[in-house]
Amino acid sequence: MGEHHGPAKGITRWLYTTNHKDIGSMYLWFSFAMFLLGGMFALVIRAELFQPGLQLVDPGFFNQMTTMHGLVMVFGAVMPAFVGLANWLIPMMVGAPDMALPRMNNWSFWILPFAFAMMVATLFMDGGGPNFGWTFYAPLSTTYAPPSVTFFIFAVHIMGASSIMGAINIIATILNMRAPGMTLMKMPLFVWTWLITAYLLIAVMPVLAGVVTMMLFDIHFGTAFFDARGGGDPVLFQHIFWFFGHPEVYIMILPAFGIVSAIIPTFARKPLFGYASMVYATASIAILSFIVWAHHMFTVGIPVAGELFFMYATMLIAVPTGVKVFNWITTMFRGSITFETPMLFSIAFVILFTIGGLSGLMLAIAPADFQYHDTYFVVAHFHYVLVPGAIFSIFAAVYYWLPKWCGHYVDEALGKTHFWLSFIGLNITFFPMHFVGLAGMPRRIPDYALQFADFNQISTIGAFIFGFSQVFFLFVVVKTIRNGKKATAKVWDSAEGLEWTVDSPAPYHTFTTPPKV
Amino acid sequence: MSAEGTYYVPEQSKLPILASLALFLTVFGAGLWLNGSSNGPWVFAFGGLFFSGVLYTWFATAARENLAGMNSAQLKRSYVWGMGWFIFSEVMFFAAFFGALFYVRAFALPWLGGEGDKAVTNELWNGFQATWPLMVTPDQAANGDSAIFKGPGEVIPWNGLPLLNTILLMLSSVTVHFAHHALKHDQRKKFHNWLIATLILGVAFLFFQAEEYWVAYTQLGLTLESGIYGSTFFLLTGFHGLHVTLGTFMLFVQLVRSYRGHFKADDHFGFEASSWYWHFVDVVWVGLFIFVYVLV
Amino acid sequence: MFKKDKKGLYSLVVAAFASCSAMAEEGARWGLNMTEGVSDTSREIYGLHMDIFWWCVGIGVVVFGVMFYSMIAHRRSVRKEASQFHESTTLEIAWTVIPVIILVIMALPATKTLVDIYDTSDSEIDIQITGYQWKWRYDYVGQDVSFFSNLRTSQNEIQGVAQKGEHYLLEVDEPLVVPTGKKIRFIITANDVIHAWWVPALAVKKDAIPGYNNEAWTVIDEPGIYRGQCAELCGRDHGFMPIVVQALDQADYDAWLAEKRQEAETLRELMAQNFSFEELMERGEAVYQRNCAACHGPNGEGGVGKAIAASPIVRGDINAQLDLLVNGVPGTAMQAFGNQLNDLDMAAVLTYTRSAFGNNMGDSMQAVDVYQYKAAQ
Ligand code: HEA
Ligand code: HEA
Ligand code: CUA
Ligand SMILES: [Cu+2]
Repeated sequence: MGEHHGPAKGITRWLYTTNHKDIGSMYLWFSFAMFLLGGMFALVIRAELFQPGLQLVDPGFFNQMTTMHGLVMVFGAVMPAFVGLANWLIPMMVGAPDMALPRMNNWSFWILPFAFAMMVATLFMDGGGPNFGWTFYAPLSTTYAPPSVTFFIFAVHIMGASSIMGAINIIATILNMRAPGMTLMKMPLFVWTWLITAYLLIAVMPVLAGVVTMMLFDIHFGTAFFDARGGGDPVLFQHIFWFFGHPEVYIMILPAFGIVSAIIPTFARKPLFGYASMVYATASIAILSFIVWAHHMFTVGIPVAGELFFMYATMLIAVPTGVKVFNWITTMFRGSITFETPMLFSIAFVILFTIGGLSGLMLAIAPADFQYHDTYFVVAHFHYVLVPGAIFSIFAAVYYWLPKWCGHYVDEALGKTHFWLSFIGLNITFFPMHFVGLAGMPRRIPDYALQFADFNQISTIGAFIFGFSQVFFLFVVVKTIRNGKKATAKVWDSAEGLEWTVDSPAPYHTFTTPPKV
Repeated sequence: MSAEGTYYVPEQSKLPILASLALFLTVFGAGLWLNGSSNGPWVFAFGGLFFSGVLYTWFATAARENLAGMNSAQLKRSYVWGMGWFIFSEVMFFAAFFGALFYVRAFALPWLGGEGDKAVTNELWNGFQATWPLMVTPDQAANGDSAIFKGPGEVIPWNGLPLLNTILLMLSSVTVHFAHHALKHDQRKKFHNWLIATLILGVAFLFFQAEEYWVAYTQLGLTLESGIYGSTFFLLTGFHGLHVTLGTFMLFVQLVRSYRGHFKADDHFGFEASSWYWHFVDVVWVGLFIFVYVLV
Repeated sequence: MFKKDKKGLYSLVVAAFASCSAMAEEGARWGLNMTEGVSDTSREIYGLHMDIFWWCVGIGVVVFGVMFYSMIAHRRSVRKEASQFHESTTLEIAWTVIPVIILVIMALPATKTLVDIYDTSDSEIDIQITGYQWKWRYDYVGQDVSFFSNLRTSQNEIQGVAQKGEHYLLEVDEPLVVPTGKKIRFIITANDVIHAWWVPALAVKKDAIPGYNNEAWTVIDEPGIYRGQCAELCGRDHGFMPIVVQALDQADYDAWLAEKRQEAETLRELMAQNFSFEELMERGEAVYQRNCAACHGPNGEGGVGKAIAASPIVRGDINAQLDLLVNGVPGTAMQAFGNQLNDLDMAAVLTYTRSAFGNNMGDSMQAVDVYQYKAAQ
C-alpha cells in the first residue's frame, strides 16, 4: 500500500486523518486556542488586580479564573503544543513515514477538545467551576468543592489517557521507526528530549489519574483518604499530586531545551558544543525530578530530615540544568551569529529561563521558602520558566519550522516586532511580581493591601501589552501561511537534519521509503 | 507481508473520533449520574455501549489488517512497545494507591496516635491509638457513636480466601505460559485447553473475590466507608479485580479468535499482549496479598 | 538589515542587565525587599535570602556576560567564519564541579537555620492557633483565654464605597497579643480546609491542616504590631483573613492577660443572668455586625448569604433558628457557630435578628436556654 495520495478534501480530512502532519497541525491550533483562552482568564485576573478593592469580579469567581488559567495553560496550551511539534517533527527527524501508531495518534488528539469542553463547561454549572487552584488541594477540592468537581475529575482522567497514548506513540516511533543508520546518539536533541519527556509522562500521568480517583471516592463514596477523621491525611493528597506535579513542570521544559538546542547552532553556524553531555544532562534532570516533589510542601510540616533531603535534591537539579545553559553559551561563543526571529526567541529563552531558574534555586532553600512560599515571588518564578521558557521555545519552534510546514518564509520585520513586543511585555508583567512577592503579597487573592498597588498596576499594563502581542502573532502566522516568500528546502543556510532534506512545504507523505543516514 | 521500510500508513479512519466521542459520553454520563441527574445512568450506559462497540470494531480492524498481511514486522514491533509501556503506566497507577497505603501506615496514623514528629496531633484526637488494621478511627475515638467515620467490625484474614485466590492466580500465570508455549509450537488443541484452564482459574478468582466482598459487606461490616482501612482495602483490591476482569475478557477474546483460525505459531501478538497483561495483574496481586492481607 | 539587529541587540543587553541589578536597587528604594523582621530567625532567613540572591546575581553576570560578549563580538558582520570547535571534557568537568561547590556553600547555613527553626523545645508560652473559613482562633493553652480574630476592614472600603484606611485588609478586631523576649510555641491546626498562618516579620509560615497539629516558634525582640495574612488558598475569602500580632513587653502583657481573664470571669457571671430584651438587642447588633454582616449584609439585606430581613427561618420557630445557628448548614458558607459564639452572644444575635430589619417577632432567648439546648445535643 505504498501509493502516494494527498490529503482528503473537506472537514473529514481533519476528523478521520491518520497523518502525523495533519494531527500535528491540529494539536498546534488547539493549543493556541487554549493559550488565548487561558490568557483571557489571566487578563481577568490582572484586570481585577489593577488596583486594590473589588472592582470587577466576585472573589469566588476570581478563584475560578486563577484555577482555570493554570489548568488551561498547563494542560491545554503547553503540553499539546509540544505534542503537536513532536508529531510534525519527530517522524521527519528520524526519517520515518509517520508516527508508529497513526490511528491512536488521532485518538490522542480528539480526546482533548472533548476533555476541555467539559472542563470549561464547569464554569457555567451551578456552584461554579473548580475554584481550588490548579493544584486542587484536598479538602478544599473534596469536602468543600462545588459539584462541578466531578466533571473536572473526569476531564483530568481522559486528558491523562490522551497524554499517555501520545507518549506511548512517541516512544514507539523513536525506538522503532528510525531510518537505518539513525543511531540513538545521532538523533537530534529535540527527539532525545521528547523521548525522555515521554517517559516522564508515562510515569506520572497515571499517578495523577490515581489521585483524582481517590478524590472522586472521597467525594462520592465515603472513603477517607484525605480526611483525618477516618485516619487519612490531607497532606497525603499533596504528596501524590506533587509526585506527578514536579515531573510535570519538567515535561513542560525538556522539549523546549530540545528546540533551543536545535536553533542556536543553526544561527551561530557552529555545532552544538556538547551533544553527549546535553543528552546525559537531560536524563539526569528527568531522574532527579522524581525525588524533589516535596519542595512544593516545605511549609506543610514534614519532618526535618525529609525537609533537608528534598532541599538538597532540589538544589542538585541546578547542576545538569547549568550544564545545558553553559553548552548553549559556549555554542554561541566564537560562532558567526545572526539574529533572525527564531534566534531572538532562543536567546531570550536562555536568559529569562536562567533568571527563572535562579529564582527557583532561591525557592529551593527551605528556610527562605518559608518567606517565599505562596507569595507572588513563586508566581514570578514559574512564569519566568513557563512564559519565556516553554512559550518562547514554542514561538521559536514555529518561526523556525513554519517555512518547512507551509512553504513560506516569515516576514522577519513582523516576526521581530512580535518578539520585541512580547519580550518587553512579559518583563513588565512578571518582573515586578518578584518585588510584591518579597514584600509579602500572597498569591491567589483578588484584593490586596495598599503598599502593593504600584507594582500590580505595572504588571497589569504589561499583561495587556503581552496579550495584545499574541493576537499580533496570530496575524503573523496566518499571513505567512496565506502567502510569503517561497522557502527553499534548506530554509536556513546552516540548518542540520533530515527534515531539511525534503522540500518546503513538506509533502503530505515523507520518507515512505527510509532515507540512508 | 510487506517488507521492512515500505511502511503501511493506514487509510483515514472514523474510529478515533468516534472513540473520543464515546469516551466523552461515558464519563459525562458518569458525572451526571454521580451528581444525581436522572438522565445520568442513560447517558453513561449509552456511552459505554457505544465505546465498547468502537473498540470492538477497532481491534477487529487491526486483526483483519494483520491477516491481510498489511502489518510490517516494524509495525508489529510498535505494537509490542505500545503494550509494554501501557502496562508500565498501569503499574504506576497502582503505585499511587500503594503509596497511599504506605504513607498512611508509616506516617499519618502514628502521628494521629501521638508518635513521631507530629505527635502533638494526638491532642486533637484524645484517646486515639494507631493500630493496623485501623478498627477505631480518630473520629470514633473523639466522638464515640456520633462519629461519621467508623472503623470496620472485622477484617479479612490472609489465610482464607485470599490465600486460595493467590494460589489460583499464580497457577493461572503458569497455565497461560503453557498455553503460549503450545501456541508457539502450533499445538492448537493444547493451546485451547491451557487457555481454557486459565480462564476457569481467572473466573474462579473473581468468584471468590466477589464472595469475599459479599462477606465483608454483609457480615464483617467492612465497607468502603470504614475509615482508611476500608478505603485502601477496597480501592486496591477493587481496581485489581477490575483489571482481572479485563484480563480474563482479553484472554477469552483470544480464545474465540483462535477458534476462528486467527494466529500463527510465529504471529499471535493479540494473545501475547493479553498474556503479558495477565502476568501483570498476577504480580500486582502478589503485592496486594503481601501488603494488604499478610503484613498487618 | 544588520543595523536593526544591532539596535535590537543593545536593548537586549540593557534589558537583561536591568533585570539583574534592578531587583536589588528597586527593592531597596521602594522598600520592597523581604523584611528583616524582628526575630533572630527572621534575620537569619533574610541573611540567607540576600546571600543566595547575590550568588545568583554573580552567576547571572558571568553567564550573561559571556553571552552578550559573544553576541556582540562574534556576530556575523564582524566574524564571517565560525570556529567549529566543540566537546571539552575539562570544561564539562569545571562547569559541573564549580556549581556543586557553590551549592554546598549555600546549603550549609541553610541547614543550620532549618534545624533550629524545627527546635520547638522548652517554650515559655504555648498558643493553639486554629484556622477557620475565614478567621483565626487563638487559645492561650492553660490560661483560659481564647478568642476569634476577624477582618476589621469594612465591606464599604472593599467595595470602594468608602476611603480605604492605612491598614486596608491587614487589620483585625482582636489581635494576637504576646510578650517580647519569650519563646512562644504555636500549635497550628484548622477546622475546615487548609490555611497557613504567616507573619513575615516573624518569618513564621506554617500550614494549618485540619485534623493535624503543626508546630512553630518565635522570640520577638521589640514591642510592636506585626501584620500577616493567610497564605494557603482556603476558599472564597482567602484574601480576607489577615493576622495581626501585637508584641508587648512583659508588664503590659501581664496586664492584658489579667484583663482578659477578668473578661472571661465576668462573661461567665453574665451567662448566669437574665437580660432584658433591649440589652439583648443592643448586644446582638454588635455580634451581628462582627460575625454575620459580611455575608448577610449590614442591614440584613443578604449577599453571599440569604437575606435576614423577612426570612422565613428568622420569622419561623425560634428553636429551629437556634439549631441552624449552632450547627450551620453543611455544604454552604453558613458555618456552625455553636463553637464560635459564646452562649450569651448566640442568644443575643438570635434575639436581634428576629426583631431587627423589620422582622418584628419580639421574642427572645437567654444564654441559659442556649446552654441547655447545646447540652441536650
Ligand atoms: C517549566 C517549569 C518549571 C521549571 C523548569 C522549574 C524549575 C525549577 N523550580 Fe520551579 N516551579 C514551577 C515550574 C518550574 N520550575 C511551577 C509551575 C511552580 C509553582 C507550582 C504551584 O505552586 O502552582 C514552581 C514552584 C517551585 C518551588 C515551590 C515554591 C513554593 O511554592 O514555595 C520550588 C522550590 O524549590 C521550585 C524550584 C525550582 C528549581 C530549583 C528549579 C530548577 O530546575 C532550576 C534550575 C535552573 C537554574 C538554576 C538556572 C540555570 C543554571 C545555571 C546558570 C548554573 C549555575 C547555577 C548554580 C551554580 C546554582 N519551583
Ligand atoms: C504555561 C503556563 C502559563 C502561562 C503561559 C501563563 C501566562 C500568564 N499568566 Fe499565569 N499561571 C500559571 C501558568 C501560566 N500562566 C499557573 C500554573 C498559575 C497558578 C494557578 C494557581 O494558582 O492555581 C498561574 C497564575 C497566574 C497568576 C496568579 C493568579 C493568582 O495567584 O491569583 C497571574 C497573575 O497575574 C498570572 C498571570 C499570567 C499572565 C498575565 C499571563 C500571560 O502570559 C498571558 C498572555 C496571553 C494572553 C493575554 C492571551 C492572548 C490575547 C487575547 C486572548 C486577546 C485579548 C487580549 C488583548 C487584546 C490585550 N498567572
Ligand atoms: Cu485561610 Cu487562606
Ligand atoms: Cu517543583
